[in-house]
Amino acid sequence: MIESLERYFNDEMLPEEKAYFEQMRLENPELDHMVVSHKIFMDKMAEFASRKKLMTNLRSTHDELLEKGTIAEDQKKISKGKIIQLWHRYKKTTAIAACIAGLTALIISGVISTFGTASRQTVELLSRDIEQLKKTQDYQYSQIKEATKLPEGAVVKSGGSAFLIDGKGYLLTNAHVLKGSSAVVANAQGQEFKTSIVYVDHVKDLAVLKITDSDFEPVKTLPYDLKSTSVNLGADVFTLGYPRNDITYNKGYLSALSGFDGDTSTVQISLLANPGNSGGPVFNKYGDIIGILSTREANAQGVTFAIKSKEIVQSLEDWNEKDTSAIRASALRNTHNLKGVNRENQLVSLQQYVYNVKAYN
Amino acid sequence: MNSDQREQQLLRGLVENDTKAIQTIYAGNFSLIQALVLNNNGSYDDARDLFQEAMVILYEKARKSDFKLTCQLKTYLYAIAKRLWLKKLKHHGLFVSNTDLSILEPVIAVEEDLEMAEKKNEEFEVMESAFAKLGEPCKGLLEAFYIQKKSMSDLVSIFGYTNTDNAKTQKYKCLMRLKKLFFAQYSK
Repeated sequence: MIESLERYFNDEMLPEEKAYFEQMRLENPELDHMVVSHKIFMDKMAEFASRKKLMTNLRSTHDELLEKGTIAEDQKKISKGKIIQLWHRYKKTTAIAACIAGLTALIISGVISTFGTASRQTVELLSRDIEQLKKTQDYQYSQIKEATKLPEGAVVKSGGSAFLIDGKGYLLTNAHVLKGSSAVVANAQGQEFKTSIVYVDHVKDLAVLKITDSDFEPVKTLPYDLKSTSVNLGADVFTLGYPRNDITYNKGYLSALSGFDGDTSTVQISLLANPGNSGGPVFNKYGDIIGILSTREANAQGVTFAIKSKEIVQSLEDWNEKDTSAIRASALRNTHNLKGVNRENQLVSLQQYVYNVKAYN
Repeated sequence: MNSDQREQQLLRGLVENDTKAIQTIYAGNFSLIQALVLNNNGSYDDARDLFQEAMVILYEKARKSDFKLTCQLKTYLYAIAKRLWLKKLKHHGLFVSNTDLSILEPVIAVEEDLEMAEKKNEEFEVMESAFAKLGEPCKGLLEAFYIQKKSMSDLVSIFGYTNTDNAKTQKYKCLMRLKKLFFAQYSK
């Protein structure tokens, strides 16, 4: 029966068969009802089918677009949505809380400024400490204006002091003295020599220059020792250097066994050093080198720092490991040559070995 | 082609169940409705379901021969989604504050369409429950023939009948049962 119904709806019946069927429908109300209900049912079925199909299609589309990244369901968006929700929900509360917090802060700061004078003092002391830590170290070099052995057109960038650590013409100075690309040096008599920079240790702030001029007469032995043993607090020290174009003597004492901000590679010396003293040797009372003057504290007078001779020895050893042409620290092993000699005679001897450095571009 | 014509084409594609058209509508409108749901106490799953529901309503509307879309597709979908979501929120007792309500107020009248959709939904559910009560293998057989539109010879191989006549007979029997189940609920 249903088969004939389906054939009827699908127009598959032969004309005479169809006519007969329609005749039957007219005569038989029961059959007619069946036809109508079947028609409704099949329509509903078709609707159901297409809708079901659409839903499947929608689901697969959703998944596909998610995969492609056209639409997103990621965590970031969720949290954004939640934050917006929370904001909408709690914005009034948040505003009130912020007002109370602001008021409280004002009241507390008011109370502290009224009643808190005692505690304020310590704060000031503290801040001074902090200030001290912040202070920069002044490099002590001078700008030197006149130049003779300088190449024409050369601009002197910086200057300082240096001293011989090897009789063949090797001079030790601070790395920061050599601002330019090369340097000339002048001895205490003002005689100038060309040099080349043979070694720079930026970490320790040390550099070695070699005099390249042929008119330099090598020195057989240097009268001082690079004393790498520890020195005592309060030991008398003196220095020679070129804060100006003439060699200048200055003396002081070892005031601390560590340098700026607890730096153990340097010592603090109470000595009035000036720009240009950088790279100058620091002698003990026997005329042996205990360090090299490098920096001073910017905001305090007479607080000068010298790199320990131990550091110099170490730096030279490092250089030796890297470079066979390096000089050896052991070249300076003539202990106490000037021991017992009075200061004036010590200086007469020592000043021959301290040079004025002019670095230029 | 102007945007009106393009939208008409998209809707025709939707009625014909064209995957490309569905993808285009989906990609162009989903984020907006997702944001609507997420910002109003909804989850991702809610957003997906709501959007798909709105799409079905659009589909039902577009199927009608007298169909005419008086506004942009996006506006229509958004309005429908708003209404549906508001209804759902109320249904779950999740009352939204006054400000949110005004945000959710639809800009165009969609009540009629929603009523129509509700009726269709009921019919759909009746048919679905009829299918559910039918039980296997009838359910699978009828779904394969009427929904997935498989041919008789496919059914023979899938369900292991000896010949097409056998499958046909089985299908008629199942259809009769489904019809009975359907009208038992539908006439109510």
